[in-house]
Amino acid sequence: MQHVAIADQPDELHDPESFIAKYVWSQDHKVIAIQYGGTAIFVGLIALVLSGLMRLQLGFPDTFDFIDPSAYLQFVTMHGMIMVIYLLTALLLGGFGNYLIPLMVGARDMVFPFMNMLSYWVYLLSVIILLASFFVPGGPTGAGWTLYPPQAILEGTPGYDWGILLMLISLAVFIVAFTMGGLNYVTTVLQARCRGMTLMRMPLTIWGIFTATVLGILAFPALLVSAIMMILDKTLGTSFFMPVLVSLGESLEYTGGSPILFQHLFWFFGHPEVYIVALPAFGMVSDVLSVHARKNIFGYRMMVWAIVAIGGLSFIVWAHHMYVSGMHPAFGFFFATTTLIIAVPTAIKVYNWVLTLWRGNIHLTVPMLFAIGFIFTFTHGGLTGLFLGNVTIDLPLSDTYFVVAHFHMVMGVSPIMVLFAAIYHWFPLMSGKMFNETLGKWHFWCTFLGTYAIYLPMHYLGFLGVPRRYFAMGTTDFIPDSAQTLNAQITVAALLVGLSQLIFLYNILWSLRYGEKSEKNPWGAASLEWQTPDQPPRHGNWGPELPEVHRWAYDYSVPGVKEDFIPQDHPVTDEERTDGEGGHA
Amino acid sequence: MSFLKTLGTKPWLHDTEPGGVAYAGPDTEAAARIALRFVLAVVGVLFFLFIITFLSRSQYPDFEALAGAPWQPFTDPTRLWLNTSLLFMASVAMQWGLGGTRQGKLNVAVTGISAAVFFTLMFIVAQMDLWLHLQSMGYYITSNPANSYFYVLTAIHALHLIGGLLILSNIVFRVWYDNKLESLTAPLQLCTTYWHFLFGVWLVLFAILSSRPETINALAAMCGF
Repeated sequence: MQHVAIADQPDELHDPESFIAKYVWSQDHKVIAIQYGGTAIFVGLIALVLSGLMRLQLGFPDTFDFIDPSAYLQFVTMHGMIMVIYLLTALLLGGFGNYLIPLMVGARDMVFPFMNMLSYWVYLLSVIILLASFFVPGGPTGAGWTLYPPQAILEGTPGYDWGILLMLISLAVFIVAFTMGGLNYVTTVLQARCRGMTLMRMPLTIWGIFTATVLGILAFPALLVSAIMMILDKTLGTSFFMPVLVSLGESLEYTGGSPILFQHLFWFFGHPEVYIVALPAFGMVSDVLSVHARKNIFGYRMMVWAIVAIGGLSFIVWAHHMYVSGMHPAFGFFFATTTLIIAVPTAIKVYNWVLTLWRGNIHLTVPMLFAIGFIFTFTHGGLTGLFLGNVTIDLPLSDTYFVVAHFHMVMGVSPIMVLFAAIYHWFPLMSGKMFNETLGKWHFWCTFLGTYAIYLPMHYLGFLGVPRRYFAMGTTDFIPDSAQTLNAQITVAALLVGLSQLIFLYNILWSLRYGEKSEKNPWGAASLEWQTPDQPPRHGNWGPELPEVHRWAYDYSVPGVKEDFIPQDHPVTDEERTDGEGGHA
Repeated sequence: MSFLKTLGTKPWLHDTEPGGVAYAGPDTEAAARIALRFVLAVVGVLFFLFIITFLSRSQYPDFEALAGAPWQPFTDPTRLWLNTSLLFMASVAMQWGLGGTRQGKLNVAVTGISAAVFFTLMFIVAQMDLWLHLQSMGYYITSNPANSYFYVLTAIHALHLIGGLLILSNIVFRVWYDNKLESLTAPLQLCTTYWHFLFGVWLVLFAILSSRPETINALAAMCGF
């Protein structure tokens, strides 16, 4: 039986013919996903190089003349902002969201393909504006990725003139792009699912992406509001955030605004942003673990509830980033409590991942290695979050390398482990080719072990009290000289990890050209995206007929069945129905 | 509670028949309605956050509300009421035009939409005139945070109206070429909802921007500022 879906008008089934319509101004969600992914990885590589430059200065101070304090702060700022917004958010939602949503819910495309295309091009514009700030007088902003006023727009901060303006404009443009994409993601999930794809039959990847998109739609306006108000403070001289102050001996005309107001707005966006990055990663890692352990995800419903609960709670924890900004002790208590509460659904997820592995038929493929690696890095990063979520422990650790180590483990390394897992996992689907397994394993071990070589000692530096964002330590009695040795070691490890990403790039590019043709559904996955008639899927995804879903996405190792998985679009047999629980409760 | 019920289903059981539960059919109109709800949510959150910061900022000593003392511009809000009536007329005209498309009356539809566009443009012009009026009284954007908020909020509200006009013109021209009046109903319904929503937003902005200091302080106290 044929079902006509949204965006399933007959004319849309015709493949676009010209090169430009097919690959440049494409409205196909898969091409847009690749465009998003390619751009995000490109800016991510720039941010990676910036972190290498930063580490060179920290590990070997007074060695590199071209890194002065201003340049260092600019590297820090651009590295942070690019990684969080332009790489992670864009790659997870714009890249994987675009590629996987229609395929996993059984749609031909997003419901608004034109807006989807527009979303990518506006995102590209935001990236161009951001990168343009490297070439303006004064260079990019060096205000730190949090862009706190008043210093962000005051003379003395690198890029206080053009750099900060371009950063704020770029963020505003990015938000427009995200909103256009986000509207597509949520509407497609809610409206374009194929027959039988109930909400609770969706793979956890889709739940993660969907919830993260809702968070983004509600949280990004806070960043937009703060960006607009800061642009006006900078250009017109309003006093939304700028207090009465004397700068470099000169009284400024600001009449007495509130920098704390900016912090509240920024973190009202900033904390949900952590989960905008984390939730899609949670979803994708659940699916990768389940497929490569040949076992249904443990506690599917609990996993969905946890995603939704984390999404809701993420809006009432923001001020735990601001304990040292000065706040009423009752607020500190409130935000510490909500922070600890959000650890509960998060811990449930970690337990469920581990329990999915328990007695599973674990295949240590490259995606699986990265997924298991994620469980380690995320647990470590999450546990240090419990320290920092408590006011009394946060105060001495605030603005030290402990914080840097914590957030890199929890929202830097962990989502990137999942991104690698996801790229390796879905690479055969996207390209029709297999990657080189050996190179993939080299990439994993270098990245995973290297990550620990970087961030474990960084926690210790934090305990010593080494402050973050400092160009050089100067004379500090309380920090032993050995801290510098550790810093040098971290730098060496960081450079090696950075270089090992070349293995990944080489592997992907080489495999695209020369890789072996992948067999269809090489991992034996049950979810819908692998059941397309062609691999990689053609324009329109499903050929003449849309699929019909009869089961959830986790029917692995079902007893009494010849294959060890049953695809979602296979009808339920009579035996299964009479069995009630399907033989695998 | 249907969402909670959905979250309670057990997808690993095979006792439920597939289909019929979630698939809403080929319904582009429903998709557009859902998308509009999210758009309204984004716009609502945007203005909500602006208003929260307004209330927070109002508790700093340099803040002077635009109403209260006799010399303040909005102590007598006649001009604001005048502008409000223009936007109200735009909303009414949209609704009227929508009624016309539903009944297949081309004349009513065209007149309604044209009147809505006219009144919306008039509203924007009147708001700009109000800006000039405030400036002539010495109320510049930088001279006080209350002024800054007035200019910023009215500008952003006007930008949303202009965005609505662009979408509306796109829809109207598409229908013009298709020459099918009935295909206008669904998108015009969404535009009308958007117009009503922006009218509602304007009423809230009007109320808050023309509030006296004691009202603003009371609201700020309720928010914990």
